Amino acid sequence: MELLTNLALGFSVALTPTTLMLSVFGCFLGTIIGALPGLGPSNGVAILIPLAFTLGLDAVSALVLLTSVYYGAMYGGRISSILLNIPGDEPAVMTTLDGYPMAKAGQAGDALVLSGVASFVGAFLATLGLMLLAPVLARVAYVFGPSEYFALYLLAFCTLGGVASKNQAKAAVAAGLGLAIAMIGIDNNTAMVRFTFGNLHLYDGVDFLVAIVGLFAIAEVFFFIESHGKESAIGVKLEKVTIPFRMIKDSGWTMLKASGIGFFAGVLPGAGASLGSFLAYMAERASSKDKESFGKGNPRGVAAPEAGNNAAAGGALVPMLTLGVPGSGTTAVLLALLMTLNITPGPTLFTDRPDVVWGLIASLLIANVVLLVMNVPMVKIFVRVLQLPPMVLMPGVTMVSFVGIYSLTGSYFDLLLMVGFGVAGYLLRKLEVPLVPIILGVLLGNAMEDSLRRAMVLSGGDWTYLFSSPIAVGLWIAGIAGFVLPFFMRGLYARSKAGLVD
Amino acid sequence: MASDRIFGLVLLALALAYIASAFTIQTAFMPDPLGSKSFPVMIGALIGICGLAMIAKPDAEPEWPDPRSFVRLGFAVVVLVGYAYALKPMGFLLPTAVASGVLAYQITPRAGLAALTGVGLSVGLFVLFRYGLGLGLMAVPRGLLG
Repeated sequence: MELLTNLALGFSVALTPTTLMLSVFGCFLGTIIGALPGLGPSNGVAILIPLAFTLGLDAVSALVLLTSVYYGAMYGGRISSILLNIPGDEPAVMTTLDGYPMAKAGQAGDALVLSGVASFVGAFLATLGLMLLAPVLARVAYVFGPSEYFALYLLAFCTLGGVASKNQAKAAVAAGLGLAIAMIGIDNNTAMVRFTFGNLHLYDGVDFLVAIVGLFAIAEVFFFIESHGKESAIGVKLEKVTIPFRMIKDSGWTMLKASGIGFFAGVLPGAGASLGSFLAYMAERASSKDKESFGKGNPRGVAAPEAGNNAAAGGALVPMLTLGVPGSGTTAVLLALLMTLNITPGPTLFTDRPDVVWGLIASLLIANVVLLVMNVPMVKIFVRVLQLPPMVLMPGVTMVSFVGIYSLTGSYFDLLLMVGFGVAGYLLRKLEVPLVPIILGVLLGNAMEDSLRRAMVLSGGDWTYLFSSPIAVGLWIAGIAGFVLPFFMRGLYARSKAGLVD
Repeated sequence: MASDRIFGLVLLALALAYIASAFTIQTAFMPDPLGSKSFPVMIGALIGICGLAMIAKPDAEPEWPDPRSFVRLGFAVVVLVGYAYALKPMGFLLPTAVASGVLAYQITPRAGLAALTGVGLSVGLFVLFRYGLGLGLMAVPRGLLG
């Protein structure tokens, strides 16, 4: 009953004309961002945050707009996977395996519609899951003290780094660099100045939006300059788009299974949508009678990863909203948005700002329906967008980033810092250092230090206090396992992936 | 191999400088048990250890661009830095047209198209930001308006 009351509250917020309009606009923009190669959900949302902020949108509207962009980008990622064999974003990699072969065999339209429906099923079920699971988890999170939070932050870094990188040292160094950047500025607890080297611009610390936009968007521009913007011609023809009812009916069960797998992969802090689509695809292939046809254009190989990655996108919102720990790169960017809006995610969010939580959930449900309409009958519009040449797209992205950051802070120093982060992001990506742990470090560094210091104050400096509750010990064990297990799993992963390619 | 070793050395130097800098943070009047230094020192140690690990066990060499691409990338960075400095004193239109034109040329080296892209982006984005989103951008330097 409580759920229905909450939902009613949510829809009363989400169904106002402005919110509805923002949601539709966000979905449209998101699908475009997702479809364009080189502009994924994380950098797409990142460059829009400063703009949403300068527009003076209130918290709910800003959140609705950017989560619609997020969901839209997850839908849109499949379009370039299928038509260009280039994933529009990282989680859409698995969709290329069967999507592109289908398109080459003249079934591009079928693949687009099927994957659109699969995206809808995944995202819709995940939003329902979010609705049911988040309040429960929020209640559990109430008993979390500083030592549990410290362990939780550690877990997020460990699983994210462990899964995201091939080299544990590089994942750990990324987290370290992020945390080191977060320390710059005035220490909240004692008002002492740290690591500013006398530069007044640094007294407030490094704005995480500057870091995010630099590392994601500006670095991407450098990659395009290096590659001369090659590989961006549509290789296959898209004729008439019809709805392949039989194909959708045949893969119904596949979508349901993939949604479940994806959702749980998304809920794990740090693992995110890429893992969701990978596991969903592998599970579908393993349970199929006809393993040979995967990788050659099997419709179920398109439905499974798309349902999986969209479900994971919804699942990743659960830890972000209830614990303040993002489950993926893009939710880390959304966390940055919440922090910019002065909203503290965590269990208290559900009691203090039910309008934000339930308004968000209701508008996600609406966004899904809007996205289904946009991505099935109207898919041709987005296909046309893919013909936008990179020589226009990438300078455009750069200028939007500059104006966004400039209008937010009004300081040329932040623009220089952003270019610096762009150069660093380029070099680090070349060296295969994952960027998401850096963002997570910049975002969570101060909270992590605070929880450690509070734990030490409570215990009078006794370190064993960190392991004093079963929840904390459990989180420590999970964290260490998340960091170490990929060492052993990696061989397995590499072998199965190699098996798919040939 | 070499890249990872150099990166490891850089990290090690960075970590030592960071730890040294952490020790110069003044102690507060009423310190908590952990203080302002301990956590930064731990972070520095983590980065240092990772640096050592990279020196000991480097990955395969990444694919670096050829020297000419490096020059182009360096030039792009210079343009962006210049743009950051120019945006406020020179107004939006001119620096944006130049910077986006240069970036466009670097992605696809066709001068005419690049110039067109620069001007188009500059004017288009200005209209969008100024009139669509209502941001307070200056079109041209304040001095020109008298």
